[in-house]
Amino acid sequence: MGITQILFWFLTAVALGSALMVVLSKNPVYSVLFLIVAFFAISGHYILLNAQFLAIVNIIVYAGAIMVLFLFVIMLMNLSPESNIHKNKLIRFAGFIAGLCLFLVMVAALKDASTQKQLVETSGGNIGLIRYLGMTLFRQYVIPFELSSVLFLSAMVGAVVIGKKE
Amino acid sequence: MPVNYYIFVSIALFCIGVVGVLTRRNAIIVFMSIELMLNSVNLLLVAFSKMHYAISGGGESLKGIDGQLFVFFIMVVAAAEVSVGLAIIVMMYRNTHSADINFLNRLKH
Amino acid sequence: MNQLVFLIPLFPLLGFLICGLLRNQLPKSVTGVLASVAVLASFVASLVIFLAIKSSGKPVTAELFDFISFGQVHIPFAFLVDQLTSLFLLIITGVGFLIHVYSASYMQEEEGPHFARYFAYLNLFVFSMLLLVLGANFVILFIGWEGVGLCSYLLIGFWFKNNDYNNAATKAFVMNRIGDLGFLLAIFYLLATTGSVNYADVFAPATVQRLQPATITIITLLLFVGATGKSAQIPLYTWLPDAMAGPTPVSALIHAATMVTAGIYMIARSNILFTMAPVTQAVVAITGLATAVLAATVALKQNDIKKVLAYSTVSQLGYMFLGLGVGAYTGAVFHVITHAFFKALLFLGAGSVIHAMHHEQDIRKMGGLRKALPVTHITFLVGCIAIAGIPPFSGFFSKDEILAAAFASNKVYWVIGAATAAITAFYMFRLYATTFLGKFRGSNDQEHHLHESPPAMTVPLVILAVLAAVGGFIGIPEAFASNSHWLEKFLEPVFAGSYAIAAKHDTVHPAASTEFVLVGVSVLLAVAAIAFAVTRFSRRPDLGEPEGAAKFLANKWYADEFYDGLVVKPVQGTGSFLDRVVEKSGIDWLVNGVGRSVQYSSRQLRLIQSGQVGSYVLLMIGGILVLFVIQFFLKK
Repeated sequence: MGITQILFWFLTAVALGSALMVVLSKNPVYSVLFLIVAFFAISGHYILLNAQFLAIVNIIVYAGAIMVLFLFVIMLMNLSPESNIHKNKLIRFAGFIAGLCLFLVMVAALKDASTQKQLVETSGGNIGLIRYLGMTLFRQYVIPFELSSVLFLSAMVGAVVIGKKE
Repeated sequence: MPVNYYIFVSIALFCIGVVGVLTRRNAIIVFMSIELMLNSVNLLLVAFSKMHYAISGGGESLKGIDGQLFVFFIMVVAAAEVSVGLAIIVMMYRNTHSADINFLNRLKH
Repeated sequence: MNQLVFLIPLFPLLGFLICGLLRNQLPKSVTGVLASVAVLASFVASLVIFLAIKSSGKPVTAELFDFISFGQVHIPFAFLVDQLTSLFLLIITGVGFLIHVYSASYMQEEEGPHFARYFAYLNLFVFSMLLLVLGANFVILFIGWEGVGLCSYLLIGFWFKNNDYNNAATKAFVMNRIGDLGFLLAIFYLLATTGSVNYADVFAPATVQRLQPATITIITLLLFVGATGKSAQIPLYTWLPDAMAGPTPVSALIHAATMVTAGIYMIARSNILFTMAPVTQAVVAITGLATAVLAATVALKQNDIKKVLAYSTVSQLGYMFLGLGVGAYTGAVFHVITHAFFKALLFLGAGSVIHAMHHEQDIRKMGGLRKALPVTHITFLVGCIAIAGIPPFSGFFSKDEILAAAFASNKVYWVIGAATAAITAFYMFRLYATTFLGKFRGSNDQEHHLHESPPAMTVPLVILAVLAAVGGFIGIPEAFASNSHWLEKFLEPVFAGSYAIAAKHDTVHPAASTEFVLVGVSVLLAVAAIAFAVTRFSRRPDLGEPEGAAKFLANKWYADEFYDGLVVKPVQGTGSFLDRVVEKSGIDWLVNGVGRSVQYSSRQLRLIQSGQVGSYVLLMIGGILVLFVIQFFLKK
């Protein structure tokens, strides 16, 4: 069991555990914090896979910008812990069972997939480097890239319009 | 690492996200669960990208780089989605003084 | 010459388009003249073609374009003008022109657009009829065949505000359709067995010899079914008397002179096939004879001037079919020609009478019109003599030729035919005497307004009367003078194949002495019938209601009632049964049931739409699960 394996299992445990805590914790602020932890764990996975650019972007965009936005909104709304006045136990239970079934079915379906024995290049390789990603992005994917900027613009306008007071 | 492990980790994260969407009623938590699901997919995409790179033999090959670019685009879309979605949630809170999605049953009518 | 062939149908088509499209713009005087001139131009072109064929003896063919082409089959849009066609061209355009001129005056009371519509229909009819006789294959013939049927329908129902007239038009159309179906089947069968519908291929000796006798019989019987519809033979004859609902010149042109002879033309055109099918020939002869007798007896007791002429037409058509059936193709065509002259004359004369009587058609209310309508009287008398078969008027020659051929084929045919000829003479002179002789029986108002028709109507009458009087001289029997039958010589190339195959050429004409006896007998019978009819009906016309056998005849052998009971009622009964049981409680129930079940199930399914986002997501996950299970576990 090399250092890579140890790191893999550690990061996996952190990611799954904090993800569970996101769903289970009562206070939304804790959920946000646990989500940030989960994102850090996933970024760790990226670094393990030598996808450095994505790891950094993930931390900056997700753990940094987006989650701060979430926190802002929660603070803004000043939400008390869920009141649980008429909580539908049946729906909760059904949701939990459904998620479990989905997990089992997908695992069962992919357990014998042909990619089972394929290895993943962990430490080596330079495709995760910003230089190559940038070249590909601005050569092959330049049109989607520009389109996504339009998407951003429209999302911005939309957010302003929706959030505006009357 | 065998790619199988990544697949199962991703499935687990995804299903946790699904359970979150199904069981929680706070709109913000639901939203965060969705982000979690997106991230599980991102992880899988990166794993597959590296798997293809490994299959092609490594070295100077750029095979599998598309996978990482898709992750990039997913992040872009997610950011846009979050900005609009949070705006909607704020709007909803302003009108109902609650973030409970069960108040959002106007689809019935 | 080929261009000339195209011009013949082109003029009426142009006339139709101009009159039809500009009916609201053009004044009455223009449309009437335009339509007449179009037909006159066709007549001139026909005359030129006729003279060319007469001198050269060779048929003229003209191909316009490839009409239908699939596999081995090529059906060109082609015209063929031979001796037979050229004769029909002359009749159609010649008589057609006279009737156009007559109509321009007769229809003067109509308003401008209707007047133009009338002439548009009439020109379309002439165009279709020309197409019918010009076509070089059965498909073109069929196009014309349907075209004249359509025009007949449109013109019978010309006064469409009267519902009875519309019903008559529908009846004519439906009965024609029954015949058309037979004709269409014949064309298909012909195509299937010979691979062609071109006259040149189908009637070629090589093709005909190759066909099985049974096949020829079936084809000819189907063709004959088509002919019975268009030419008003038993069992499809009842539409023709009802077709008198149309304007009288229409009756003269379509329902006496031209369209109803289309069946004769078609059979004469396919004469080789019919000659090779003796069974069909017998069927044709017997049907024709039966129709002739039946219609003649019905005509005895009709009191509507046009109905008498209509039944007379049916009867005369029966004669023509008798001629075709006994192999006297020339005789049949000859009778078509003379019949076109005298029957058009009689109808136009009747129209003149109706015009003078202010649309009174009942002969019991006429009488003594001789003095008031001198020209109409004389010409009508000529027509009656011609149809009665008194020498030397035209009807005598053609009728005699058919009867002589019938005698040679079967003596019984002759006896019945001659008797029918006598009946014909009787009812025609009953009509003449009741209408023109004796005292006037109409109202004072009508008597006061009696007037001779304007020259536009009397001139065509006079021309037709001259033709009806002398038209027979184109076919003087061999018994009277040697080498005198011009028509026989002229049509020789068309019917040569038939005569050669049947080897009947020698027996068509009985010995001269026998023929003199036959002619003498039939003429004596006719004269006796005329004398009796004139003396009886000029003094004491039967005005009362018919009784006994007369009532049976006056009611047309109850044929309409018979058809009503045999076909119409059962069909309507089946229809209403299907409507009540199958439609309402079967199909409707099914259709409404589908709607109701969808409504019911959607009402239940609507409950799922709680509006709770959570339940939607839950259902979505369920759906994804099911898809996964199907994809991965069931497919293995």
